[in-house]
Amino acid sequence: MSDITLNASAKVAEAAPRSAPISQIGFVGWMRANLFSGWLSTAVTLLLAYMIVRWAIGFVDWAFINAVWSVPNNQTQACRDLRGTGACWAVINEKHRFILFGTYPYEEHWRPALCIALFVGLYIVSAMRRFWRKELALIWVGVLTLIGVLMWGGVLGMPYVPQERWGGLVITLILATFGLALAFPLAILVALGRRSKLPAIKALCVLYVELIRGVPLISLLFMASVMFPLFLPEGMNIDKLLRAQLAIILFAGAYLAEVVRGGLQSLSKGQYEAADALGLSYWQKTGFIILPQALRLVIPPLVNTFIGFFKDTSLVLIIGIFDLLTAGKTAIIEPAWQGFGIEVYLTVGAIYFIFCFAMSKYSQGLEAELNRHGRR
Amino acid sequence: MSETLDHIASAARTDAPPAIMLDKVNKWFGALHVLRDVSLNVALGERVVVCGPSGSGKSTMIRCINRLETHQEGKILVNGIELSDDLKALDDIRREVGMVFQSFNLFPHLTILENCTLAPIWVRRMPKKEAEELAMEYLTRVRIPEQAKKYPGQLSGGQQQRVAIARALCMKPKIMLFDEPTSALDPEMIKEVLDTMVGLAETGMTMICVTHEMGFARQVADRVVFMDRGEIVEIGEPNHLFENPQTERLKTFLSQILRGH
Ligand SMILES: Nc1ncnc2c1ncn2[C@@H]1O[C@H](COP(=O)(O)OP(=O)(O)O)[C@@H](O)[C@H]1O
Ligand SMILES: [Mg+2]
Repeated sequence: MSDITLNASAKVAEAAPRSAPISQIGFVGWMRANLFSGWLSTAVTLLLAYMIVRWAIGFVDWAFINAVWSVPNNQTQACRDLRGTGACWAVINEKHRFILFGTYPYEEHWRPALCIALFVGLYIVSAMRRFWRKELALIWVGVLTLIGVLMWGGVLGMPYVPQERWGGLVITLILATFGLALAFPLAILVALGRRSKLPAIKALCVLYVELIRGVPLISLLFMASVMFPLFLPEGMNIDKLLRAQLAIILFAGAYLAEVVRGGLQSLSKGQYEAADALGLSYWQKTGFIILPQALRLVIPPLVNTFIGFFKDTSLVLIIGIFDLLTAGKTAIIEPAWQGFGIEVYLTVGAIYFIFCFAMSKYSQGLEAELNRHGRR
Repeated sequence: MSETLDHIASAARTDAPPAIMLDKVNKWFGALHVLRDVSLNVALGERVVVCGPSGSGKSTMIRCINRLETHQEGKILVNGIELSDDLKALDDIRREVGMVFQSFNLFPHLTILENCTLAPIWVRRMPKKEAEELAMEYLTRVRIPEQAKKYPGQLSGGQQQRVAIARALCMKPKIMLFDEPTSALDPEMIKEVLDTMVGLAETGMTMICVTHEMGFARQVADRVVFMDRGEIVEIGEPNHLFENPQTERLKTFLSQILRGH
């Protein structure tokens, strides 16, 4: 009996997979392989570690320990005394409303604030797969309309606020969201059009993409702000923000179209043929078979382009629109606050970073989720 | 040879109108003449196997039948409807003609069940529930109902090809086209697909099947078509054709096939 037990356990021990030695896996193994693989590598690691720690301590001192968080009525002397050793977050404290809302009337700030909250809510709802239904498009139309009403006012007892007074983060979100929400469908149509069998449609799409890609966004914005009004009939005037928005949509559309086209091209011919052979119409084939596959293949470059355009909206400053970055820049023009650029730009940078990083993280998750079943 | 042809024509159900009629079909890819005066009638319920060396135009011929390729000369009639630029006619034809590809071409982002129900729902306008029941019926017939909720990437090649057959059948086609359905499969999976096709042949489906599986041809084919360099060189009953090849080209081809196996 004991013999049998011994035999059995011996067999099991032989077959059971052993884990690799502790020194080669996990954190310790990783450190050994990447940071301390030889005396030179060890020396560089230690030197860099020392520099990083020193810099981090310096930053914490500056940003937190020695920082000034608020000053009474623009008396910035306390801040100026600390120049170089401590941050003056008082400038953010004082100017945050300007950075977020620009020159929007002070008593009405709740309106752009609500708009920012609506935008963020819209992003979160759209990000959740369980809301990916037809109704989502209606929600977008509804929320974007609501945002327009809130910003302009003139109804429901809200005073009218002309577009010239809008500014700050809310402008950046408006330009980016409306821009991408309209550029994306446009891009899909153009990408499909470029592969069309109808020569006229194909030529039109090629022309559009090549023309737009051939000029910098800045010149397109200039054209939209300066040249475009020349072609309008006398007395008709489209507001400046709308013109900049159009320029951004056209520009983003061309770039996104090329990304989408890349996805269309990487699908095998067999997918098109199988759909054709089943008798699906062009739009059924495109909507059910081609686009779902093509778009999930190009999620990384698509999000890359999205992130790029989110930041490129800051170029509207050259035609005098007060976006987030311009608002930050303008906030420190006032003599009392001159010289606190680092604090303001760090803050503005952090706001951009939060939005872009969220997009990036989300796209990684989405990509993993959608490609879980693998491609054949 | 014409004697053989006549013999077969009478063996097939001559009273029925031809399901497929190719009349002096010609096709070029650029300067390459891939189909040369190809004429072939396939009766309703008839099973035709097409064989021939690689590059002889077999795929091109059957792809012309559902207009995945367009022919440039001659006439093709399917169920009495002539293939032309008329899109309405094309829709009618594609609804009646199912196709199975060498590389399966399942839709990888859809489940097996969705692969099977998509076309019935959107092309045949079938209610979703009914389409799912129908799909399960055909998936049972190809003996993989338990995989319905999986994705194509999770199935073996043989299983994928059986799904592809079920997907085509869900459209209730009158004619099925197969383009080398077993050529991309590992040897141990060929049989399961061929068995499915034999089962389908027994239901009386009109089939045109490009394959080099001689056993299959002998078992189910009413006629075998031998193509070479874009021409139909010989047509005949499988046993007759394989045992008494009339042309040098077919003899060479058969000896190569036999050596290959
Ligand atoms: N889309 C195409 N464009 C150009 N030539 C093609 C195309 N498809 C097939 N051919 C050529 O046509 C000939 C016949 O091809 P095919 O019908 O696929 O032959 P088979 O299926 O008998 O092997 C081959 O020479 C092939 O190279
Ligand atoms: Mg072929």
